[in-house]
Amino acid sequence: MFDDFFVRAMIGGIGVALIAGPLGCIIIWRRLAYFGDTLSHSALLGVALALLLELNITLAVFGISVAVSLLLMLLQRRANLSSDSLLGLLAHSALAISLVVLSFMSWIRVDLIGFLFGDILAITARDLIIIWGGGGAVLILLMLIWRPLFAATVNMEIATAEGTRPEYINFIFMIVMAAVIAISMKIVGVLLITALLIIPAASARRFSTSPEQMAVLSAIIGVISICAGLMGSLEWDIPAGPSIVVAAVICFVLSILPIKLSLRNSH
Amino acid sequence: MLENKDMLVSLENAGIFRSKRWLVKGVTMSVSAGEIVTLIGPNGSGKSTTAKLALGILDADEGSVYRKPNLRISYVPQKLDLNWALPLTVTRFLCLTNRAGISEIETALASTKTLHLAREQMNNLSGGEFQRVLLARAILRSPDFLVLDEPVQGVDFNGELALFSLIEDIRRQLNCGVLLISHDLHIVMSTTDRVICLNGHICCSGTPATVASSAEFKSLFGERVASGLAFYEHKHDHEHLPDGGIHYPTNKTNASINDSTKSNPVSGKIPALADTAESDQDSDNV
Repeated sequence: MFDDFFVRAMIGGIGVALIAGPLGCIIIWRRLAYFGDTLSHSALLGVALALLLELNITLAVFGISVAVSLLLMLLQRRANLSSDSLLGLLAHSALAISLVVLSFMSWIRVDLIGFLFGDILAITARDLIIIWGGGGAVLILLMLIWRPLFAATVNMEIATAEGTRPEYINFIFMIVMAAVIAISMKIVGVLLITALLIIPAASARRFSTSPEQMAVLSAIIGVISICAGLMGSLEWDIPAGPSIVVAAVICFVLSILPIKLSLRNSH
Repeated sequence: MLENKDMLVSLENAGIFRSKRWLVKGVTMSVSAGEIVTLIGPNGSGKSTTAKLALGILDADEGSVYRKPNLRISYVPQKLDLNWALPLTVTRFLCLTNRAGISEIETALASTKTLHLAREQMNNLSGGEFQRVLLARAILRSPDFLVLDEPVQGVDFNGELALFSLIEDIRRQLNCGVLLISHDLHIVMSTTDRVICLNGHICCSGTPATVASSAEFKSLFGERVASGLAFYEHKHDHEHLPDGGIHYPTNKTNASINDSTKSNPVSGKIPALADTAESDQDSDNV
């Protein structure tokens, strides 16, 4: 009963979940959820530009995400506005501009809903190569910078003083984040990427005693959400992207139920 | 100032300018290997800013800062806020910026009397325990240059004395330079080689005895403090309010307001603990 497209969706989804888990932990620890939201909203601008200039969509989204991150860093230095205002400003101006650009291109029939909510069941073999190739590269990069990245997450000043070069590490982190947004857009869509990043990580929090444990656990919870969501989508004929996010939310609700944890009380 | 090849860090006429004012200006100082230099001064006098200049966290807007190449630095910041979403054991925290074996970690923890906390979560530590763990982490790195910004805050009086003698031991064992920021003038005076008294600029500096008897020091901290340094007797009969005022516990209304604001974070914590205990019981009953 598992059609070919369904297997592709499963493999692609698992690939995204594996990288979204650890990255989502960093996002939660750094209180960057709105940054993720801003990047994913501006991803639509990448889509619009890709269609206009006939570029590869994933690459265009990656490029725009990096550009928006750099613009944010620049604005944080120049403008006298708080970060949350700047994030809102960037997110919605990018979204509005992309909708305007798309509306001009009447010759292209754009499935806007597909971009907003994802189209995991339409994953091609080529998408799988991008997800596992790009995702694998990103995961390796993240593992290489994990220790200094974590040190910078705990305290920038200690990290700077003790020579772990946090500025440089933060720049790599920004690239990693842009790449993950670009890769996961097809799976859950622009509107739900942040959910895929932070909900598994939030669910993993209660069961974790170390940062590395939380990163691995949230990847596992992400994979469970992808599998459960896709099954649910097939079973009840509901859209796959939202179904995956709902599965993740159910994991989160289960994680906060007051069930006694025998492991923690054993010593 | 004496030029020597053991000089670890030096500031030359350094200043930081922020929001239309100089936080510190014209600071010239140095720390050499095996030396404990203490920065003292009132709130907002630029003690932490000076330390951050020396560490390279802030770049000088004027003057220059020299740091010996490949200097191994440990930094205990004045404040460290950990996100509650961060699962972090004491042991993992000690390996934040360096790798270390279990036995080294245990030695470092034992030296600050926190070995029993090794598997505890950082978020569950008390203020004093937290501070000891921060110091243990700094020691574990076997630094050449150790910067401690108010390292004994929240530590009880006897523990404070023990930590200061520990800092002296570390200095002797590692022959490292120590830059210490402290508001506790009395203890500072006994452990330090050199005291620098800051108030936006360097008011006076020298050996503890010179500084304590200098006119600038007396005008900054008052005659009473300066003379009390000789025959120090710990008698804390008042409370320092956040706005810089002083409060004597005779005024009952003020005292109760003060107490309630102070105990809030604690009372906020206790019901939460009670809740989990209750839910644990519930699941036992089921």
